[in-house]
Amino acid sequence: MELDAPTAEVSPEETPGGPPPAVKARGVIKSFGAGDTKVTVLKGIDLDVRMGELLLLVGESGGGKTTLLSVIAGILDIDEGQLDVLGVPLPLLPGGKKTKFRGQTMGFIFQQFNLLPALTAAENVAVPLLIHGTPKKESLRRARTMLGTVGLGDRTEFVPAKLSGGQQQRVAIARALVSEPRLLICDEPTAALDGENGQKIMAILRDVGRSPERAVIVVTHDSRIFHFGDRIAELTDGRIVSVHGAPKTPPGGSTGPASDAGGPPAAHEAAS
Amino acid sequence: MNYVALKMLFGDRAKYLMLLCGLTFCVMLIVQQGSIFWGLMIWSQSGISNLNVQIWVTDPNISQVAEVKPIAPTTVERVRSVPGVEWAVPLYRGIGRARLANGEYHQITLMGLDASTLIGRPTNMEEGRIEDLRTPDAVVVDQWAVERMGGPEVIKVGTIFEINDKKARIVGIAHVQKDFQNIPSVYATFERATTYAPPERRLLSYVLAKARDNEPVEAVTRRIAEQTGLGAYNQEEFGWKTILWVLNNTGIGINFGTTILLGFIVGMAIAGQTFYLFTVENLKQFGELKAMGASTFALARMIILQAFTVGLIGFGVGIGLATLFGSLAASKGQLPFAETWPLLGLVFGSLLAICSFSATISIIKLAKLEPAIVFR
Repeated sequence: MELDAPTAEVSPEETPGGPPPAVKARGVIKSFGAGDTKVTVLKGIDLDVRMGELLLLVGESGGGKTTLLSVIAGILDIDEGQLDVLGVPLPLLPGGKKTKFRGQTMGFIFQQFNLLPALTAAENVAVPLLIHGTPKKESLRRARTMLGTVGLGDRTEFVPAKLSGGQQQRVAIARALVSEPRLLICDEPTAALDGENGQKIMAILRDVGRSPERAVIVVTHDSRIFHFGDRIAELTDGRIVSVHGAPKTPPGGSTGPASDAGGPPAAHEAAS
Repeated sequence: MNYVALKMLFGDRAKYLMLLCGLTFCVMLIVQQGSIFWGLMIWSQSGISNLNVQIWVTDPNISQVAEVKPIAPTTVERVRSVPGVEWAVPLYRGIGRARLANGEYHQITLMGLDASTLIGRPTNMEEGRIEDLRTPDAVVVDQWAVERMGGPEVIKVGTIFEINDKKARIVGIAHVQKDFQNIPSVYATFERATTYAPPERRLLSYVLAKARDNEPVEAVTRRIAEQTGLGAYNQEEFGWKTILWVLNNTGIGINFGTTILLGFIVGMAIAGQTFYLFTVENLKQFGELKAMGASTFALARMIILQAFTVGLIGFGVGIGLATLFGSLAASKGQLPFAETWPLLGLVFGSLLAICSFSATISIIKLAKLEPAIVFR
């Protein structure tokens, strides 16, 4: 597929006068192992993710996409560089505060859905609220409302095993959004889904997940969903090699199921 | 998060049932084996507990209740003269040989009770009256005599048989705790028992005594020992002395103890390993909760709640099954089975310990868990 012309090269974008970036990474380096077995996965990442945008993080396998997600989420510590998430220098936070910060400000969507199999859809969605001490009744009420938002209002009491892959991922989206996070982190959310369901999930992410007060980062290999992104950052061998505006039409020129849910978004103009 | 923890525990029924079965098996094994062991120990000192008297006086070198070393007949008066003693009566205990009308011989334990008071008599009579022991040739047998000497058609009230070639007539059947050696007991008055006994210079086996109400039993017991030079024990002491003798001088202590210990170790290992595996299998789910902002402390609380919930349920079910076994298999007294509170307390404490240990191991693993596991 054809991407729009790069809007930025390796250097990060600036947003003079605009809102602060949701994520601001400068020279981020992350290695695993030590000595002869040391592997540097992130080799100086410079990246800005803006509030209100849906950024696709693409690139070859082993290029460091998931590691970058883990670093942005504060799940992994960086070795060098600067990383501000929602204006907070995340690497400087102690472990407990980092966990609390992550729980209060971020939502996660995983490749394998990672729903708790013993819990119903509503209970799964309520988990982030329960973690932060919201009473069970209130948590379940909000969870059911959120499930209605993603089109699963009639499946709230189903356990994951009774739901299709697409429905499970919608539950995962509802779970990620129920606590109204300001940063939504999605790790290959369509990888375990067929093309049609992948399009639907991305449409929901775009329509429900994205908001002016929230940034969405999606790691993906799936070129069929590139048109859902506002921008596409390509990560190769531990470096951001390019940042593009997203294509204006989906692969093959068809809008597909996603267009039924609102059509592909116009690529936001990236600051140079 | 308690709600989530319990849903995780109960929701995956296969894992939960496996875990519960492991814990239940562990508890049942330990309680069942422990109860049988303790039942055996109770049997071993039934010769004391069946008589239910405060103080036993006998030869100071005696090791256990069945090891009779006759003492001087004047001992009864000497014990009575000790300050603090309310009463003291003689007791004969010996092995005799019963010959039935059908020609069968059976070994019996012959008990001779003080005729005036019948102290040491069985408290529970299945048939007849214990007071009829005072009638000529009268004896009372226990229910085990009925069982071992030919059944209720042969051994019943009115049956006449011989003890060491002398006539005995059954006037009652008593219900008593089974003897460790599984020898039937025959009760007679002291005087009659001594006529059944083989000729010996001394025929007094024990002096049974009671302390006055305002005197501590231990003090009176000690005083009797000091003033008579004999061995004096309260009922509990003598019971333990007998139990320790059985443990030290028979294979029961080592063999049964080894079985119980192995059962305990195996049971606890199964319980601990099963719960640990349960946690390990849920590591990704815990990692997911950690990624969503749950603190290690919160997750540790969840694991502890899960461990103790399933532990308590396993304890309850295990105790229930062991009790059911006991009530079915041991209901007729054929199998020694004594489920005691200390045993249940010990098992409960052990289970809490193993649950705590398993939970701690799991929590350590969880604390080291990188939430990045959820991205793999």
